Amino acid sequence: MAGPETSPAEAILEVENVSLRFGGVQALSEVSFDVQSGEVRAIIGPNGAGKSSMLNVINGFYHPQEGSITFKGVTRRRMRTHEAAAQGIARTFQNIALFRGMTTLDNIMTGRNLKMKRNFLLQALYLGPARREEMEHREFAERVIDFLEIQAIRKTPVSRLPYGLQKRVELGRALAAEPDMLLLDEPMAGMNTEEKEDMCRFILDVNGEFGTTVVLIEHDMGVVMDISDRVVVLDYGRLLADGTPDEVRRNPLVIDAYLGTVRD
Amino acid sequence: MFYREAGQFKSGYAADQAMFPIPQDRYVVIAIVAFAFLGVPLIANEYWLQAILIPFLVFSMAAIGLNLLTGYAGQLSLGTGGFMAVGGYMTYKFTTFWPELNIVACFLLSGLCAAGVGVLFGIPSLRIKGFYLAVATLAAQFFLVWTFNKVPWFYNYNPSGTVTAPPRTIFGTMFTGPEASAPARYLLALSIVVVFAFAAKNLVRGRVGRSWMAIRDMDIAAEIIGFRPFQTKLLAFAISSFYCGVAGAMSLFLWLGSVETEAYGIDISFQVLFMVIIGGLGSILGSFLGAAFITLMPILLTNAPQFFGFSMASDLQKHIELMIFGGLIIFFLIAEPHGLARLWQIAKEKLRRWPFPY
Ligand SMILES: Nc1ncnc2c1ncn2[C@@H]1O[C@H](COP(=O)(O)OP(=O)(O)OP(=O)(O)O)[C@@H](O)[C@H]1O
Ligand SMILES: [Mg+2]
Repeated sequence: MAGPETSPAEAILEVENVSLRFGGVQALSEVSFDVQSGEVRAIIGPNGAGKSSMLNVINGFYHPQEGSITFKGVTRRRMRTHEAAAQGIARTFQNIALFRGMTTLDNIMTGRNLKMKRNFLLQALYLGPARREEMEHREFAERVIDFLEIQAIRKTPVSRLPYGLQKRVELGRALAAEPDMLLLDEPMAGMNTEEKEDMCRFILDVNGEFGTTVVLIEHDMGVVMDISDRVVVLDYGRLLADGTPDEVRRNPLVIDAYLGTVRD
Repeated sequence: MFYREAGQFKSGYAADQAMFPIPQDRYVVIAIVAFAFLGVPLIANEYWLQAILIPFLVFSMAAIGLNLLTGYAGQLSLGTGGFMAVGGYMTYKFTTFWPELNIVACFLLSGLCAAGVGVLFGIPSLRIKGFYLAVATLAAQFFLVWTFNKVPWFYNYNPSGTVTAPPRTIFGTMFTGPEASAPARYLLALSIVVVFAFAAKNLVRGRVGRSWMAIRDMDIAAEIIGFRPFQTKLLAFAISSFYCGVAGAMSLFLWLGSVETEAYGIDISFQVLFMVIIGGLGSILGSFLGAAFITLMPILLTNAPQFFGFSMASDLQKHIELMIFGGLIIFFLIAEPHGLARLWQIAKEKLRRWPFPY
């Protein structure tokens, strides 16, 4: 993980010595790693390794007992999730967390909420500024919809969509927030090859075109090796390895932990 | 075939963002509102106005209020009657304290008072949900009614304990009090309801509505994308209680004329909740449908037996009414949580495809 390009000055996120316990369960122990601005960072590890817990710590949903998180130069131990959102962190969930009673468009529009400032009185009257604001953000939401190629389901309630599309809408909601850092918890789980390819393309495009930093959890090793710049490996809540996909793939500890799921 | 979305290409998002994107819907709404203002006062008699249309408007206002809170923001409340009482009693206080103040201004001020009280009783919603919240709002209901009963200041130390709407005029026309004509009271109630129904529609299709629905559907995810649960829920309580407060004021000043606290009892809270459930949770149109259904049902039950030539004891009729409500509520909760409004939607979808079944 050493190297000139990993100097802390460029790190958008630094995780230092984070430990998280649930009663007797040690979900994370003294985990440290960093994420550089603009990279695609993967977190891998067996089931129950603490990957989702790590994302939850990063966006303030879980509060670690020890350690600190530094995002864009601001260090914090405790923070509410909406504050993390305001700082520019957006995420998707392992189990889809869409607003089931709303349409695709409305779900994506919720992603814009932090950028909308007009108060409720103007909205109730739908007067000039509120109307203009709504229109502006609708246009942005439509750009996200075009980007993700989901024009046809714009007005469909998300509860009626198949799983793969729901995952896509959830990505859209996160993208609508124009985040600096995107946390994706198993964005391709349960998808067929074609859907996975689409999803990979979207992630790489977001990263390439908008320079959004991506941290993703993924079980499919092929995908991880293809799209990530660097990989963190967790096992039983501990950091097992950290490095480029090639380094990680050759690491004997990782090969052990995966018992052959990573083939040389 | 005349009602369809296809072939109506919108020139931009502005058109698509309109309140009623389908022109036919827009025309129907305009026609109904125009008829309600111009036609109804000419043809409806005193009985229709006083026994059906004015209560329908009062309850529509309250149902919109409760629907914003329960249907959109997902916070169950049994305090509707209590918040309506705040509106009724505070309007009474405002208008007797400042008799020159325009009565509509008194309505709005009392709505603000109800909003404040609503926020206060909404604070527990930050910690508790569902059934427990319902119990907390039930406490609000009993506490508020008890207060208006026990503190004589609220009814101006009137020994009978009733409050009576004093006569008030706007531009020389009498709108409240015993002398006010039914059409005048109807028109004022209608104006208020129309304005606030459109305002509610605007709210729910914008950022505020999305924040409520997000909290309702998944509060954790809502917070993670940046909504603040605290502000979002309290705003829902405030705005909802404002609507209920104004409805309570309308109930006293434009409908009943004179009330005791019973007029704002727990039955009212349940009745409005039934309207919202039967009409459709999360639908402004549903609030109207539910209010219409529940105000019309008893009248229908009174008149139907006579129409078919037999008579029914009034307590039996009351029981049948309760049974029908109970059955319908169970039906809607289980089979169609979006209520009559959703059935209407389905009918429209069928109409759009007609004559092709798919
Ligand atoms: N809210 C919680 N309460 C109690 N225990 C928890 C909680 N969240 C996670 N854990 C525990 O922490 C450990 C790590 O869980 P986590 O969900 O982070 O694993 P993961 O690496 O994401 O696994 P998977 O690949 O199955 O998603 C597990 O033992 C889990 O049971
Ligand atoms: Mg997980």
